[in-house]
Amino acid sequence: MPNILEVQNLAKSYDNFTAVKGISFDIKEGEIFSLLGPNGAGKTTTISMLSTLYTPTSGDAVIGGHSITKDPMAVKQVIGVVPQEIALYEDLTARENLVFWGQMYGLGGKSLNSRVDEVLEQIGLTDKAKNRVKTYSGGMKRRVNIGVGLLHKPRLLFMDEPTVGIDPQSRRAILDTVKDLNKHGMTVLYTTHYMEEAAELSNRVGIIDHGELIALGTQDELTKQVGQAETLILHIGENEDPDALAKAVSSVEGVQKADVTNNEVSIITSDAKDILAGVVGKANERGIKIRSMDIREPNLEAVFLHLTGRALRD
Amino acid sequence: MLKTLLIGIKDLKILSRDRAALILILLAPFLLTIGMGLVTGRFSGDNSSGISDIPIVIVNLDNDSLGNALVDVFNSDDLAELVEPTFSVDPEAARLLVDEDEVAAAIIIPKGFTQSIIPQSGSAVSNEEIKIEFYANPSRPTSAGIVKSIVDGFLARLDEMQLGGMTSVSQLIISGRIAPQDANQVGEEMGKRLQNAAGNSNEATAITLNTSTSEGEAVEFDVLSFFAPGMALMFLMYTVSYGGRSILAEKSEGTLPRLLVSPTNTIQVLGGKVFGIFLTGAAQMLILIGASSLFFRLNWGNAFGVVLLTLAAVFGATGWGMLITALARTPAQVGSVGSAVMLIFAMLGGSFIQTDNMPAFVQTFGKITPNAWAMNGFTTLALGGTLTPLSTPIVALLTMGISLLLLSAVLFGKKNLVQK
Repeated sequence: MPNILEVQNLAKSYDNFTAVKGISFDIKEGEIFSLLGPNGAGKTTTISMLSTLYTPTSGDAVIGGHSITKDPMAVKQVIGVVPQEIALYEDLTARENLVFWGQMYGLGGKSLNSRVDEVLEQIGLTDKAKNRVKTYSGGMKRRVNIGVGLLHKPRLLFMDEPTVGIDPQSRRAILDTVKDLNKHGMTVLYTTHYMEEAAELSNRVGIIDHGELIALGTQDELTKQVGQAETLILHIGENEDPDALAKAVSSVEGVQKADVTNNEVSIITSDAKDILAGVVGKANERGIKIRSMDIREPNLEAVFLHLTGRALRD
Repeated sequence: MLKTLLIGIKDLKILSRDRAALILILLAPFLLTIGMGLVTGRFSGDNSSGISDIPIVIVNLDNDSLGNALVDVFNSDDLAELVEPTFSVDPEAARLLVDEDEVAAAIIIPKGFTQSIIPQSGSAVSNEEIKIEFYANPSRPTSAGIVKSIVDGFLARLDEMQLGGMTSVSQLIISGRIAPQDANQVGEEMGKRLQNAAGNSNEATAITLNTSTSEGEAVEFDVLSFFAPGMALMFLMYTVSYGGRSILAEKSEGTLPRLLVSPTNTIQVLGGKVFGIFLTGAAQMLILIGASSLFFRLNWGNAFGVVLLTLAAVFGATGWGMLITALARTPAQVGSVGSAVMLIFAMLGGSFIQTDNMPAFVQTFGKITPNAWAMNGFTTLALGGTLTPLSTPIVALLTMGISLLLLSAVLFGKKNLVQK
């Protein structure tokens, strides 16, 4: 498949701060590409540049054959944007919102009305279309927020952390919507700091941290970077010292890396079962009580931990 | 262009659903107008003006035809209910009555007033300017303002007649109908007729409070003609700052960036916001004008003039709304600064008291407000004025709007409308 998006050394700097440090990647037509990274990694700044809202400090991107710096109006016709925050007029109904935003994308007349009906059906709000948005739950608002981005049938949809702050049921509905859109041919650039979402949705994942794209590939390709490693998570009491435990277990044979996240110690090892006895022994020596343990297969979280020494939640 | 209109209409729709805003922009000025009407007795009397028996004192030192004509005006049946004149021969005593708040105003007609306007046969034309003294009571601004408008009307009529007479004599000489040496005699004849016309109380409609429209209908001065536009204009300033506030609110709520990532450019978006403010202000003013006409039977004057002046006033006020927004950083700042500006402009612009009764420097400074120019225009219309005298306030308001919008555009250009 041809590339619908090609990003070349894209960077954005403010006075004394560089939010995005010259990243490059491409997205093929028809794929779901996730930018995975913690808060403040540069995901939203990247999407803001790609959607022509921010002017890049350097670099460029070509979307659907149009440069974001040279022909932003043409780019705007190709893309749809679902912003991280709910950007709707709360005193208007869902239908009125969709009609207004459709008009801003140049739709009108009967085609606008029929498209609004389709989108309302798609986001499951046909019955409540005449209610003002301010009366909606957070999940319903999120769905309208997505619906606005779909009105003009964009070839490439940017979704910036669309599941932040909503209940599990609405989150499930949104993930299903993304998969359904992709099934019907829409290319999606999805940003998230939830490893599970990137894992479930994406054909390829770019891991971004401190404005740099530190890894890029399919899930298999990325997890291979940490070898066949497993992650052993130790949960300890609130009054215990996780740093002391991490330091202690680092000397256990078979432990590749030990890091602290909140009140947990994450240990990367080739075989968790082999190191269990040694880890528990070290904890007993220090008088640290382990409340529970998890063993996780190699995943994107482990990749991020492996690459940065920090967990995604940090 | 279409997107600009759609953004403006969307803003009007959103405002129409904001109950708190509707109370402030429609109900509050309406209730305040009623309050002012009650305070001034507009709703308690039988006569339509709401003000009656205004005490004045007249000192007629002229004792000639024009001085007597002005006295006759105030003694006429037409003004019998409105003014209650007393007479004095001592200017100082008359001024003292004003100072002691016994009367609303003193009118002192100086000796030689008639002679200064219509030289008698054989006497030389005086180069000395002799003026009627109008000594107003500042604690009774509305009453004093009404009496002054009567005197102004009388003097305006005299000016017209004097100018008309001079023009006629000149035309007669140029056309060869009279010889230059006969000009003096013809002028005297016309002067006598002028005296008769000015002194004829039956023709006093043009020199009383009641002036005539082109249809010959009487247009009565109504105290609400002052307060209704005053209150409407004061809350118009609230409306425009509310509209400006919505730009920064849209920025922080994310709808402005969303508009800018759609195929809509910055000029269309800002133009739409300006149009929304203008549309909202115009709707507010026209609803208030309609409501006061309906419920108070208030005659605002020439309908076309009222619409033109209203649109110009809203345009001028919109400029201020955009400037306040361009200078502010947050919606809350626009709200607080807008409220302060609303009150200051109302005071400077004559929404509470007539600017005629204010010190000269306040009147001059008040010209920066749309209230002052619009009040000027609305008063002219209420007193039966036509479109011609409206041109000055309308041009001033349009100039104000254009200048402020351009300045706002420059400031917005330096402002980041995208990032919070």
